Amino acid sequence: MIANSIGNLAASPTLLALVVAPLAHLRTLDIAVIAIYFAMVIWIGFYLKGRSNTGEEFFMAGREMTAWIAGLSFVSANLGSLELMGWAGSAYQYGILATHWYWIGAIPAMLFLGLVMMPFYYVCKTHSVPGYLDLRYGGEARSVAAIAFAAEMILMSGVNMFAMAVVMKVVLGWDITFSILVSSIAVAVYVGLGGLRSAIFNEVLQFVLIWGGALLVPILGLIQAGGPAGLKAKIITNMHSDSYFHLWRDTGHFASNPMGVHWTGIVLGLGFVISFGYWTTDFLVVQRVLAAHNLRAARMAPIIGSFFKMAVPFIVILPGLLGLVLLQNPDGSRRQLVGEDIVAACSATNGSLDNHAACSAAMAKTNLPASEQQKVLSGAPDSELHTYNQALPLMMVRYLGPGLLGLGITALIAGFMSGMAGNVSAFSTVWTYDIYKPLIKKNGTDSHYVLVGRLSILTGVIVSIGAAYLVQQFHGIMDYVQALFSIFVAPLLATILFGMFWKRATRFAGFLGLLLGIIFSASLFMWVKLSPAALASVALSPDAKPMAENVFRALWAFLFSAIVIIAVSLLTRPRPVAELDGLVYGATVLPKEEPVPFYKNVWLWAALAVCIFAALNILFW
Amino acid sequence: MHSSGIPIWFFIGVLLLVYGLMILGYGVFEFATGFYPPAVELTSLHTPIWWGCLLAVLGAFYVAKFRPGRAGK
Repeated sequence: MIANSIGNLAASPTLLALVVAPLAHLRTLDIAVIAIYFAMVIWIGFYLKGRSNTGEEFFMAGREMTAWIAGLSFVSANLGSLELMGWAGSAYQYGILATHWYWIGAIPAMLFLGLVMMPFYYVCKTHSVPGYLDLRYGGEARSVAAIAFAAEMILMSGVNMFAMAVVMKVVLGWDITFSILVSSIAVAVYVGLGGLRSAIFNEVLQFVLIWGGALLVPILGLIQAGGPAGLKAKIITNMHSDSYFHLWRDTGHFASNPMGVHWTGIVLGLGFVISFGYWTTDFLVVQRVLAAHNLRAARMAPIIGSFFKMAVPFIVILPGLLGLVLLQNPDGSRRQLVGEDIVAACSATNGSLDNHAACSAAMAKTNLPASEQQKVLSGAPDSELHTYNQALPLMMVRYLGPGLLGLGITALIAGFMSGMAGNVSAFSTVWTYDIYKPLIKKNGTDSHYVLVGRLSILTGVIVSIGAAYLVQQFHGIMDYVQALFSIFVAPLLATILFGMFWKRATRFAGFLGLLLGIIFSASLFMWVKLSPAALASVALSPDAKPMAENVFRALWAFLFSAIVIIAVSLLTRPRPVAELDGLVYGATVLPKEEPVPFYKNVWLWAALAVCIFAALNILFW
Repeated sequence: MHSSGIPIWFFIGVLLLVYGLMILGYGVFEFATGFYPPAVELTSLHTPIWWGCLLAVLGAFYVAKFRPGRAGK
């Protein structure tokens, strides 16, 4: 999910100092493909402006999305370009283990949202996840969640914007300011005009573009590698290990797999806390499902999304694995990608290394052949190092000619822009309904709140641009911004799960569990940040790697919040059960759904998703 | 989505149709002239022709099925 993949790109700013030549050169046809995409999204924004006049239309897309549109938008909101490039790079480093973030790190939570949680979100007609907390626990918990979420969204938007500009600089040689301005103006126009409906339209569009632009890479790569069997044989020959093809076999010990994780962390930390926290409580994705036109569509949307989610590794993980055996240097030898830190340590100016000692030390950490290391250390002009995160663009450049390359680049741009659009549209709703309305102006008219929403999108984009330039100046900030999600998600999950499934949970317990949980989670983060050796304590093993920290920190934060909620609830007076109708399991009479043919039954499709999920895990055990 | 004007599928159809025709056109040019971009692999498979065709056919289908005035029928 998002925490790692963005983290992988966190060091990208360091690349700015050492860009030698862009990876790809666009031709006129490619530029035309990109220009047509921009024209289309602006057209959609203007077209939808007339359909986004009321608060319900602007913030909730009129609640008239079909299950397919809500489902595609739901899964597309998490399919940004940082994810695509970051996870392709992770697959290059860790092999198929990276797929956990797409399968166990998503599918169970998506099905749980559709089958169990969606009725409560939908029946109470909340505009947002903090809005649900307001109804269930009261204004204190809502305010904590809303302020943390709004800050996270706007800062993430800035980080995404900057990361996109860096990628465009590295891949195409585009100027940073040009990329930031063009993308932010386009997003401000189409979301500001069309609201959530416009954001959802563009997410569905992006989803199609990503498949249209990226699907060719694994198809052509597999042909060249000699099919799956050829790929496997080549990887075993090159890497001297078959760990790259196993999801679970080597997770019995931290040191047995290249990711440095243990299966308990994958199942409990990733599969439960992080995954459920993101897919069931992060308003960025839940907002898409809340826009469905009826309860059945809202329940079906995440289930439809789960099938597409299971397919995404084909265009993300497979290109990373193919890159391991197919990428070549100009002299025909195998090209080995390296970490961002290695590239940064070996930056060169005018053909000579900036810091020979640092580069020499960095080279010693790599598996590059001695001849390649010598070439890098000599500062030779053709000794370009490429990072793991460039695996996908490098594969695109390898197979996609004029027009097709433009389509692939358009898919990446669309992914970035819809990510930003998702951030600012969710920010706008939470700002307007969960901060401005309850805390600043309670009795405004509907049109007043729509105006506030439009202005907050404009403000959000401007603040995001500021955040993007702040990150450019102070690269260290990026780590902290990216940590916001992982710090916030576990306590929020505990608060919502106890609120939704335990009638006894009280107002004060919800507020305190959320607030103290966030503080606890942030403290764990800072502990490891200030004292890296603490990772062994947080992840329970001296062999744990940074990837393990996120999952275990989330697990401890969830347990901490749960203990606080239970303890405080038992000491305080609960709300009468009658007040919990529509909010809590066991106190709610869910509306009877119209009878539908068996092939439209949500449980049938969920069961099919479970079968495919289980089969994939067994197949790649 | 159908109840409020042009469905998203129509926009997607237009985009795929235009992209498909552009890429197909380039593929035909490549095939006719024998001029292939030097750094691109597997050009012998004539990917722009069949991928462009696929995108164009898919786009044409969506444009026809979801064109304004017909949506919801």
